[in-house]
Amino acid sequence: MPEQATAKIPVTVLTGYLGAGKTTLLNRILTEPHGQKFAVIVNEFGEIGIDNDLVVGADEEIFEMNNGCICCTVRGDLVRIIDGLMRRKGRFDAIIVETTGLADPAPVAQTFFMDDAVGAKAKLDAVVTVADAKWLKDRLRDAPEAKNQIAFADVILINKTDLVGTDDLREVEMRIRAINPYAKLHRTERCQVPLPEVLGRNAFDLDRILDIEPEFLVADGDGHDHDHDHEHDGHDHAHAHDHGHPHHGLKHYHDEDMQSLSLRTDKPLDPDKFFPWVQDLVAKEGPSILRAKGILAFKDDPDRFVFQGVHMILDGDHQRPWSADEKRESRIVFIGRKLPEEMIRKGFGSCAI
Amino acid sequence: MSDTRDAPSVIERTRPVAAGAAVVGAHFLKRVPAFILGEEAVLVAPEGAAERRVGLHDGGILASAGDGARLVTGGDDGKVVTLDTVGKGSVVAQDAKLRWIDHVAIGPDGAVAWSAGKNVFARTGKGEPRSVEMPSTPGGLAFAPKGVRLAIAHYNGASLWFPKTAAAPERLEWKGSHLSVSFSPDGKFLVTSMQEPVLHGWRLADRKHMRMSGYSAKVRSLDWSADGKWLASAGSEQVIVWPFQSKDGPMGKSPRMLAPYPARAVIVSCHPKEPVVAAGYADGLLLLVRIEDGAEILAKKPGAAPVTALGWRADGAALAFGTEDGEAGVIDLS
Repeated sequence: MPEQATAKIPVTVLTGYLGAGKTTLLNRILTEPHGQKFAVIVNEFGEIGIDNDLVVGADEEIFEMNNGCICCTVRGDLVRIIDGLMRRKGRFDAIIVETTGLADPAPVAQTFFMDDAVGAKAKLDAVVTVADAKWLKDRLRDAPEAKNQIAFADVILINKTDLVGTDDLREVEMRIRAINPYAKLHRTERCQVPLPEVLGRNAFDLDRILDIEPEFLVADGDGHDHDHDHEHDGHDHAHAHDHGHPHHGLKHYHDEDMQSLSLRTDKPLDPDKFFPWVQDLVAKEGPSILRAKGILAFKDDPDRFVFQGVHMILDGDHQRPWSADEKRESRIVFIGRKLPEEMIRKGFGSCAI
Repeated sequence: MSDTRDAPSVIERTRPVAAGAAVVGAHFLKRVPAFILGEEAVLVAPEGAAERRVGLHDGGILASAGDGARLVTGGDDGKVVTLDTVGKGSVVAQDAKLRWIDHVAIGPDGAVAWSAGKNVFARTGKGEPRSVEMPSTPGGLAFAPKGVRLAIAHYNGASLWFPKTAAAPERLEWKGSHLSVSFSPDGKFLVTSMQEPVLHGWRLADRKHMRMSGYSAKVRSLDWSADGKWLASAGSEQVIVWPFQSKDGPMGKSPRMLAPYPARAVIVSCHPKEPVVAAGYADGLLLLVRIEDGAEILAKKPGAAPVTALGWRADGAALAFGTEDGEAGVIDLS
């Protein structure tokens, strides 16, 4: 991948089912005194009343790529619009893409990896999903789009928390965690969240693939130490609300349809086995794998290898040497629909030496 | 291949122009070079006189086309504007919903076409513009060399539209997203660049498909040699030139791969008379390349930014260029 010397414009993708509060969050981002200028890409048939200089209407055109891969789709309108916006470089510091409630985030994300011109000038920062605390449970039952948006997210706002009771709220969180244990979760009313929690996340930056530890809930009764402030430099957590809750012994939720799968091994991996295996896996199971991330320790390799994936697209690189006090351990996570767990476990296991 | 070329050079024949902003198009209005800036204005730069900024848009300029007698631009302010040889701008159209004007094209007999969203408009002569709605947002527009016929590239193919008639556009099918589109100078072939790094072509007589692949990136620029025998294209670390001498076009033939270089060719523009192509690279290098034998002339050294605009004067005796970081100039080749 050719690297541009100039800084790439970060792009935040806002998703969320109809009425969850995407536009509220968007207007909050635009009106807070942060000194940043945004270009905003909205669905042209969507809500109006966005207070910003640079607003572009998009039409969510999803184009299949002619590479024999049914899940390799890009948003043709984004390719065109981002190309056009780059002519006004200097007028904005970041781009926000607001999708419709029914949109699949994958084509948006894939656009940044599949289109060389877009990828050279802009970079995906994070997928932020706004969920309605009151209605999300129902949508997870009847709207596959809503589930996709939760599964794909790097940051999830459980919004309108004032409309539900504490137990209901915890149940919503559990259902979200059953699908996506890796996203940063925030409880909000009217999308009130500190902006650094939704902007500048670098969630797709290979150098920042650190957050592949699940965010445990306080009350899942597994005796885990739930101090969220211990790990990962540079993250200030806004999880104060999670602390100090009594342990209710809430039941563990499992989503029949969408799961995450986390694998680890402290045996070194054989790159000559791992790469063919993972490429074959995403070639066959790509349509059902929404996101993948990994930190890998290869045999005779002093460097950490990090990778991420969206459906069939994999992006990986050597990151930095393993430090002396670091455990040389390989971890890999998948979020997807009806993942063939046994097959993936066996395949990954056979890559270890 | 190293960055230092021992090819002959025309650098000393360059008249620099201080564009001061990204240059997204370069054209000539008769003998006067005009540089389309990324935002708002066209910079008209006559020789021996002061440069003049002509404001055309209230925002970014997304597309431009020129035929030597006038140029037309489309902006993110929803305006389509023409500029004539006396430097007078006039608004051809203003999109009612202020949508972006994504593409413009200029045709024979004063015809002008543009697109906004899925709607394509064409104004032929003095009348009201005609319009047609496409099933997806067009990736590019091009007039046929003769007659008033417009090719529209879009998702899953291209369409041929006669804007003077009421007939629905004729559809040429090929799966995938088609971007820029171009007729061969004899009007026999239509070629599109695609979202994938390939070109697709149709022989219009029988709709036979042509697939031209092997590029390392999306092909963002292509152009025909004046005699129509060659199609030059960017999108690789060399200039790819497809032979179109025979009635089958390039099928079964290998392209010429000229001017190999470590950086990618990003823009090409063919000389209006000779089989010579000007090729701009991602690192700012500009070469003139003779198609016949691949002989190279250095026209601009690598700089800080890619070459983003090239335009020949109609007699081929001058070439205007511009880059993404505002470097611009006119090379005298007389």
